[in-house]
Amino acid sequence: MDLLAQLADSVINGNDKGVAEVTQRVIDQGASPKAILDDGLIAGMNVIGERFRVHDIFLPDVLLAARAMYAGMDLLKPLLIKEGIPSIGKVVIGSVQGDLHDIGKNLVGIMLKGAGFEVIDLGNDVPPKKMVKTAQEQGASVIGMSALLTTTMPVMGKVVELIQQEGLSQNIKTIVGGAPVSEDFARDIGADAHGFDAANAVDRVKTLMKVG
Amino acid sequence: MTSFGERILSGPALVADGAMGTMLLRRGLEPGACPESITLSNAELLEEIARLYLEAGADIVATNTFGASPARLATYGLDDKTEELNAIAVHAVRRAVGDQAYVAGSCGPSGKLLQPYGDASSEELYASFKRQIESLVSADIDCVFVETMTDLTEAKLAVQAAKDCSSHTPVVATMTFDPTPRGFHTIMGVKVETAASELAEAGADAIGSNCGNGIENMIQIARAFKEASDLPVVIQSNAGMPKAINGEIVYDETPEFMAEKVAELLSLGVSIIGGCCGTTPEHVAAIRATVDAGENGRR
Repeated sequence: MDLLAQLADSVINGNDKGVAEVTQRVIDQGASPKAILDDGLIAGMNVIGERFRVHDIFLPDVLLAARAMYAGMDLLKPLLIKEGIPSIGKVVIGSVQGDLHDIGKNLVGIMLKGAGFEVIDLGNDVPPKKMVKTAQEQGASVIGMSALLTTTMPVMGKVVELIQQEGLSQNIKTIVGGAPVSEDFARDIGADAHGFDAANAVDRVKTLMKVG
Repeated sequence: MTSFGERILSGPALVADGAMGTMLLRRGLEPGACPESITLSNAELLEEIARLYLEAGADIVATNTFGASPARLATYGLDDKTEELNAIAVHAVRRAVGDQAYVAGSCGPSGKLLQPYGDASSEELYASFKRQIESLVSADIDCVFVETMTDLTEAKLAVQAAKDCSSHTPVVATMTFDPTPRGFHTIMGVKVETAASELAEAGADAIGSNCGNGIENMIQIARAFKEASDLPVVIQSNAGMPKAINGEIVYDETPEFMAEKVAELLSLGVSIIGGCCGTTPEHVAAIRATVDAGENGRR
């Protein structure tokens, strides 16, 4: 098996030590950082994303794979920066104000990074103003919001309102997700998209940004 | 009053209460605020909600302590108030229901992920659950509701902690499942059959599902639990999935719709039927009516 395929395999198996080891080896052999990223780490995460989408695997396997991906990413990042390889787009994500649940949001972040996006993760309990301001300052064209609770879902609508008030609707698109959030809900609050799971969220972000 | 532990083994199905968060939001809880903070600022409100559920016909009323484990309270900086929050919440429900209903001490997930896929250790989560449940038990509850769990290891830690706090306080353990093309699984990949056998092994006195689904999916989940286990089965359904209408969150399964479907849960032999997100005293009253009608029909 060639080393990049082996790298992808180690990501899929959640083998973080294996990923770090093989990543270092292919770097030392002079492989291009872009190839290591695309054909190794991202290729592995794509398989994981697809298996998760069809419920072949569940959250623990995705989290283990993500940890393995990061083990390679840590080694690769300085090289990617040095070569100035651009990301395919910038996304601000966060769980909305009052919501401390970050499992789903983190998962979306992982999948977005795995798909080649630059992700600015604002964490949990993010006030609407902070989300919009960060997107504006960082030049992100999509804000991804997560909520798990009935009590925090309405905050998503506030973020959409704020974007409209500030006249930013053309530049900043919104996508919402979380267990209780539906396509209908997204439409009702005026969000641009709804991701029904993490893999779907990535597809929808690509559509919003017109990439891929 | 017959003890909760004896009562769940025989007699008509027990009716549990409906949503807490939904009720608090309608009474002014700010979206995004810590629901447990109401316990400190307005315990009378908790008493009022408990009374509404009692009057609607609930046999079991739960405390506003879903997130009152120190691991979860810590995210709001309230972990040093664990004992106080749990005790006040239990006393509020007890004042409202006296001995006319069982008081269930609610214990939700820690909000943390266990190693190796997360950072939390089993010891840490066990200690957190134990500290909360000790407070609940010493404030005098009739049973513990370990609920909305998705990670089986975490659910078992909570059940174990409850049993270690008080071997004679019954523990009801429910998990939240998603429909998948390969059957119902929690987001962590737990199947109903696995949940049933392992929760029983951990010492749960009744098992089942709450949250995450409307009542039609819950009927299928109930069937799977009944097939997998001899323990009493508990179902607390959402009133459908939330929708936003004019900026308000609405769950659209009506009391009438849920009541009609409750008959199917009864015919499956479900022992405790109540509501979760989006259900109100009206839903509980409708469930009560179906349970009573089922009893009268049997006589």
